[in-house]
Amino acid sequence: METLLNIVIYLPLVGIPLIVLSKNETTQKWIALLVTSVTFIASLPLMFGFDVANSGTAQFLTEGGRLIESLDIKYLVGLDGLSLLLFMLTTFMGPIVILSSWNSVTKHLTGYWSMLLLLQTASLGVFSSLDLMVFYVFFELSLIPMYFLIGIWGGAGRIQATIKFFIYTLVGSLIMLVGLIYLGYDAGAAMGAGTTFTTDWRFLSSDMYTIGLVEQTYLFLAFALAFCIKVPLFPFHTWLPYAHTEAPTAGSVVLAAIMLKMGTYGLIRVCLPIFPNAFMEFAPWMAALAVIGIIYGALVAMVQKDVKKLVAYSSVSHLGFVVLGIFALNTVAVQGAIIQMINHGLSTGALFLIVGMIYDRRHTRMIKDFGGIAKQIPIFTVMFMIATFASIGLPGLNGFVGEFLILNGSFFSELYNNKIFAILAATGVILAAVYMLWMFQRVMFGPITNEENKKLIDLNGREIGLLIPLVIFMFWIGIRPVDFTKYSEAQVNELIEASEAKSMAVLEEARNEDLPNWTAKFYDVRESESQLASTK
Amino acid sequence: MDYLGDIQAFLPGVITAIAGLVVIVIESLKKESPLNFYVTILSLASALIISILSLGGEMQTAFSGMLVHGGAVAFGNMVILAGALFCVFISEDYLRGINHYYGETYALILFATTGMLALAGANDLITLFVGLETMSICLYVMAGLIKDEKSGAESALKYFLLGAFSTGFLLYGMALIYGATGTTNIPEIGAAASTELLFLAGTALLLVGFLFKVSAVPFHMWTPDVYQGTPTSLTAYMATASKAGTFVAFILILSRALPVMEGLNWQLVLSVIAILTMVFGNIIALVQDNVKRMLAYSSVAHAGYALVGLAAGTFEGYNAVLYYLFAYTIMNVGAFGVIAYYERNKGLDFTQVQNLAGLGFKEPLMGVALSIFLFSLAGIPPLVGFVGKYYVFAAAINADMVGLAIIGVLASAASVYYYLRVMVYLYFREEHQPISLFTPTLMYKGTIVVLALLTIYFGVEPVLPAEGLMDILSGFGGYGGATALIP
Repeated sequence: METLLNIVIYLPLVGIPLIVLSKNETTQKWIALLVTSVTFIASLPLMFGFDVANSGTAQFLTEGGRLIESLDIKYLVGLDGLSLLLFMLTTFMGPIVILSSWNSVTKHLTGYWSMLLLLQTASLGVFSSLDLMVFYVFFELSLIPMYFLIGIWGGAGRIQATIKFFIYTLVGSLIMLVGLIYLGYDAGAAMGAGTTFTTDWRFLSSDMYTIGLVEQTYLFLAFALAFCIKVPLFPFHTWLPYAHTEAPTAGSVVLAAIMLKMGTYGLIRVCLPIFPNAFMEFAPWMAALAVIGIIYGALVAMVQKDVKKLVAYSSVSHLGFVVLGIFALNTVAVQGAIIQMINHGLSTGALFLIVGMIYDRRHTRMIKDFGGIAKQIPIFTVMFMIATFASIGLPGLNGFVGEFLILNGSFFSELYNNKIFAILAATGVILAAVYMLWMFQRVMFGPITNEENKKLIDLNGREIGLLIPLVIFMFWIGIRPVDFTKYSEAQVNELIEASEAKSMAVLEEARNEDLPNWTAKFYDVRESESQLASTK
Repeated sequence: MDYLGDIQAFLPGVITAIAGLVVIVIESLKKESPLNFYVTILSLASALIISILSLGGEMQTAFSGMLVHGGAVAFGNMVILAGALFCVFISEDYLRGINHYYGETYALILFATTGMLALAGANDLITLFVGLETMSICLYVMAGLIKDEKSGAESALKYFLLGAFSTGFLLYGMALIYGATGTTNIPEIGAAASTELLFLAGTALLLVGFLFKVSAVPFHMWTPDVYQGTPTSLTAYMATASKAGTFVAFILILSRALPVMEGLNWQLVLSVIAILTMVFGNIIALVQDNVKRMLAYSSVAHAGYALVGLAAGTFEGYNAVLYYLFAYTIMNVGAFGVIAYYERNKGLDFTQVQNLAGLGFKEPLMGVALSIFLFSLAGIPPLVGFVGKYYVFAAAINADMVGLAIIGVLASAASVYYYLRVMVYLYFREEHQPISLFTPTLMYKGTIVVLALLTIYFGVEPVLPAEGLMDILSGFGGYGGATALIP
């Protein structure tokens, strides 16, 4: 199984030389499809062989040698409850993404398929690496193929969009790199035994390693900045609408379904267990930003004239829910956040695919250019409707499960200790219904105003085929979410307990230290003293 | 005197020097003989193999304490010789292509390399000066190789005048230090170091001389003009090998002659210079339309990153700088190599970034290779440039210079813009007019491919040189004056 995991991660890379060597365009397509399909099939045993009860411990571990004896940077990949579903989502989306651009991309195909495959490996690497340095390398590597995907195969404003995307995310992750190096030395000193530097997540997240409050604050901010830009959390979201609108369909799908999740995944994977005190103290602030993002994203989505831009802004809104759930820090909300990441990948991925399909036919995405096309293309209408409802969060479909758990969890969150977050966020659900249904109605129903729309052809077999799997999972998660939530449940429980215990230990230590005033105040060090006294 | 042992210690330099003489003889017998190329390649390759074999040994003295070899010096020699070797591979096609092929160029490269090897292995200020001058005078000639064009003449004259000026500073500094300590032997200077005015003034002048040679701000003014006017393949040589030689000498001086002490805080001075260099180099590079000028300013910025490692003043920092030189040499020779290839095509001035529009798809191998080199220069993992930057910034952070590291990464984030810009033209824009690129020779392609593969390999698997570096560290440790630097 360990070998299988590595095979799954690097199999897409094997496809690249094959594609470069074969000059025939049809062969290239088939190689790309075959490679991603085999990757997906090969990843299935990982899911079935996953020990659900022990999801808290990383499984299928491959551990490489240290870079240098004292420098504990090593190749370390494995899957646990946090990463398994996202890993599977990535392999699952692979063939769908390839199929989605079967005929719509016509130029520089060798490069196109190669970039998609490189992106696949980079994403799989992000979700499976357990050494933060390796994580960082994959995290950055994923920028390169996306840069070219938007820049070469994107729309008219692609160049600015892709540079904005690249530099914006890079600034965040470079700050994270400084934080990571600092953290590595700090943890290396704590590890002892001749080690001066370590980025092994298992050690960093364990109770053997704690960080002082002052350092935690800075490190949390450095890491959270990088992840929040990636998510993107309001107010760091400005790169997203451009990148999404200009990206080719496949680029948008991968960006929405997988790359944005790297941000939210990082928040749970890194920020929570390593900087628990800062995580908890900053939680209300992050939740406030998340709620602003939910409402702001929805309001801006409402006034969009371009369907793709509307879906892009709806991403800002939906990912606000995920962040809200993560920082609520109870099992219900965090579980909701994890399943909502998958849901967003499925439903927004499907929406981008559908927008791409209609764009291929009419070469426009403006809402006003459509209207009344429901009768012309019934299959398309059904698919679009399901994806729309999933995105809104209609009960019975996947979106409902995630949003319900998140709202429920954050309503009772001890960290927020304020129901206003959940209440405000709930209005986001209503707004989502407004902008999605309004858009749907304007695009699909009413009289046909544009003559060209009368000539529209319905979905072909390939397009139906690539949407069907997405639809199946939308229903499956909607009806039996436990089939998916079970993978992360044990780990989420452990993680929250461990983080709380760790934060208490840090506070205990901090009482005996001479802390700067702001830190003592911010973390309520003195108050915890009185609490301890009262419990005694 | 152990003559054989001495020669063996400086064997790479001896080989290149003899090969240089042989090239001159061949050239005088038969103009533009292809034999020159083979002699050069063979000598550089054998010298490179010798220095690779001597990696990991202890640092030892030779020539009665005038030279050191082994340890960090062997690593430096490897970088210098690899840079020279790859540049020669590129030069053969390029110089013939631009009709400026002179057999003597190879002699110049070989003599300059000898100078660099002496410079990197200097254990005495006299050796250091002789090495530096041997190198510099050859470089001045190379800068003026395109003598029928204004830019070539400007380049050579500017380099010569400013170079001579900076040599003056360096020499003056050496004289003052000799006056203060009574010796020119580097470890002995370290032992006799004091904070009297004479020594401080000498140190300051010495630093100025070195900072000029590595083109640190504010002593960088010559760099863009010289780089632009020099034939591109030789610019690559100038930007990589000569910098490697100078930086190795700089490291040996700092770590062994100038202990950090009260009243002699060169760490602070270097930190400030490093910040200026990174920030200015990157900002000015942002607005360059000429790719060679852009790479010139980028090389200023890269000198700044290397200075971060020096400013850290720890063994870790020095190791990081050594690795950085290695990384920088591979990727920069590659980048200049591809630019040299584009430049040779007829029709437009392909050093202008606008004229590269759409060319990435024309000769895919060259386009992809250039992208790899540029991403590596920008410090994107998993490429060797990232590993280099990582070591440097890690050293700074571990030396409690987090602020310096943050400024460094922000500057390098800004730098990404101008590297991306080249790729924007290469891939994202349509060509202005139908251009057909010529097919590069197999040797040229091979060189670029090898460089690209090295860029990826040492990014993915940074283990091997890192282990080598640890051995260098132990070699360092066996050496007197340096231990005072460990905090």
